[in-house]
Amino acid sequence: MVESQSPGQASETEEAARFQARVDQEIKIEPRDWMPEGYRKTLVRQISQHAHSEIVGMLPEGCWVTRAPSLRRKVQLLAKIQDEAGHGLYLYSAAETLGTPRSEMIDALHSDRAKYSNIFNYPVLSWADIGTIGWLVDGAAIINQIALCRCSYGPYARAMERICREESFHQRQGYEIMMSMAFGTSEQKRMAQSALDRWWGPSLMMFGPSDRDTAQSSQSMAWKIKRVSNDDLRQQFVDMAVPQAEYLGLKIPDPDLKWNEERGHYDFGEIDWAELKRVVSGDGPCNKERMAARIKAHEDGAWVREAAVAYAEKKRQRESAARIAAE
Amino acid sequence: MTAAAQREALFEYLLRLGDNCLILGHRLSEWCGKGPVLEEDIALSNIALDLVGQSTLWLDLAATVEGAGRDADALAFKRDVLDWRNFLLVEQPNGDFAQTIVRQFLFDCFHVELLQALTKSANQEIANIAAKAIKEAVYHRRHSGQWVIRLGDGTEESRTRAQAALEQLWGYTRELFDGDAIDEMMMQAGIAIDPGDFHENWRDAVTAVLGEATLTVPEATWSIGGGKKGVHSEHLGFLLAEMQFLPRAYPDAKW
Amino acid sequence: MTAGNDWPLWEVFIRAREGLSHKHVGSLHACDAEMALQHARDVYTRRREGESIWVVQSTDIIASAPADKESLFDPADAKIYRHPTFYEVPDEVECL
Repeated sequence: MVESQSPGQASETEEAARFQARVDQEIKIEPRDWMPEGYRKTLVRQISQHAHSEIVGMLPEGCWVTRAPSLRRKVQLLAKIQDEAGHGLYLYSAAETLGTPRSEMIDALHSDRAKYSNIFNYPVLSWADIGTIGWLVDGAAIINQIALCRCSYGPYARAMERICREESFHQRQGYEIMMSMAFGTSEQKRMAQSALDRWWGPSLMMFGPSDRDTAQSSQSMAWKIKRVSNDDLRQQFVDMAVPQAEYLGLKIPDPDLKWNEERGHYDFGEIDWAELKRVVSGDGPCNKERMAARIKAHEDGAWVREAAVAYAEKKRQRESAARIAAE
Repeated sequence: MTAAAQREALFEYLLRLGDNCLILGHRLSEWCGKGPVLEEDIALSNIALDLVGQSTLWLDLAATVEGAGRDADALAFKRDVLDWRNFLLVEQPNGDFAQTIVRQFLFDCFHVELLQALTKSANQEIANIAAKAIKEAVYHRRHSGQWVIRLGDGTEESRTRAQAALEQLWGYTRELFDGDAIDEMMMQAGIAIDPGDFHENWRDAVTAVLGEATLTVPEATWSIGGGKKGVHSEHLGFLLAEMQFLPRAYPDAKW
Repeated sequence: MTAGNDWPLWEVFIRAREGLSHKHVGSLHACDAEMALQHARDVYTRRREGESIWVVQSTDIIASAPADKESLFDPADAKIYRHPTFYEVPDEVECL
């Protein structure tokens, strides 16, 4: 986009004050508006990380597309993963409005300078894992994303709205699979319980470190990039998931999990923060595989992208030659 | 001809329609998450979804015609190689993006012609499915055709790859137009037309795009068929082993 | 891939239903107009969100500067006589 005029020259502090006042009044910040560098940087980091999570998240589910057990399940899963590609794309687009091209963000991912959700570094062992991912992982993502629909940055908030609207079927798709597994044969039940056992902890970790330990949270809250704290979102998730697991007759692997009448919430056991740290820093069971698969796809596609650019360029030249000849 | 023989022929014919869509849709779904660019990943998934959707309609109808208590899932997940009726072309591995696109383009051009004919079928159910499917197939042809042009007229490397894919797949196209006794019966009943009838249209459409792509139409020095009769390449067995694993391993389970 | 080889960015506008105007829905990358149209269709109309698509290269859009907002738009605030509510007409006279 090209701007018609250069902006006026207010001082940095005046601009910052005006910016914060707009944020406080719940006025959305748009791409061309003045914003503090820190705000821009935090957004690019957070949105691109979110986009990377969608794209890397396609891989664990993708490994079951070719093994989906019925035609109905096959199209459901494929459509869901396709949505994730679309969501990654909406998010990259939102981040691009802040001046960072997609290729730069992808380079950062591939060279280990950007993060993505820890959850996708776990292996997807059975069909019940696909159900659990839809039920818990998408369930957790939706809780996170609904909060982000009110983010102060317009393009991010709008992308989140669209994503939330589209994702509403993802969790249902997962829960429906869990129902057929949990109420199915003894082998299916075993797969269902095993999946819950393995995915519960990592799902809780999806909300990030505890509020006690996060430095960035308060600034992000003031900027309204983040609207609800990690721990509050996590609590919301637990309160949602427990009755859903009960309905399925599955046991959540947490001996400390119990209803707290006084708080009106479920209490739950301490999260294995050391594991989160380990997985986030690259030592999860599938980190290397996931990144290798992403990089391979990207490198295998290089000649295709180049061919398309070369063809477009030839076409442009031919068209302009034809125009000149006609004049 | 007896009604039973007629029904059996119709069942076989519907399997061919359904199996082509399912196997090709399955192949495309293998690209999920691995496309050359995010937008193209989404495009390939869309085509895969269309094809698997079409296969479900054809196989549902096949199961109804058969009347043996099987449904589309039983036909998809409980038949072994010898009972599959798809062309060898669609079961060929994805290879690189050029192979996938060329395979798709050769099929799409055929598919549009076939579905166009089937929209006039004397069998109303077939005509209805064809009317829905052709809208999708026309888009598929547009998508794959554009890519054939981009790859052919792109870089030296993409041109080489696209031409190699053409040479590699061309011999499988003959089968698309070879009519047999089943096609003959469908023709007699006004259900379908002889696939040989649209061989020329197909050739024209393909040749036009290849010309724009600066690619050479391969010489028909070899051809292999047999898929329509259940004689496949070795690739199909592996595809089915993967696709059918769960229902085979747990025959009592519902998913 | 290097940043230099990136496909250009396109903005996508979709007419959701007949009778409505096209509305901006987002952006995507494509190397030519036909590809941009196809990608827009695949990315932004998966749930039948559209009847018609416009795509335009992002660099071709000329945008007003946020800093000009006051001088461009605030002057219209004072021209309340452009709105029907500015005028007084008796209740008993209809069709005005």
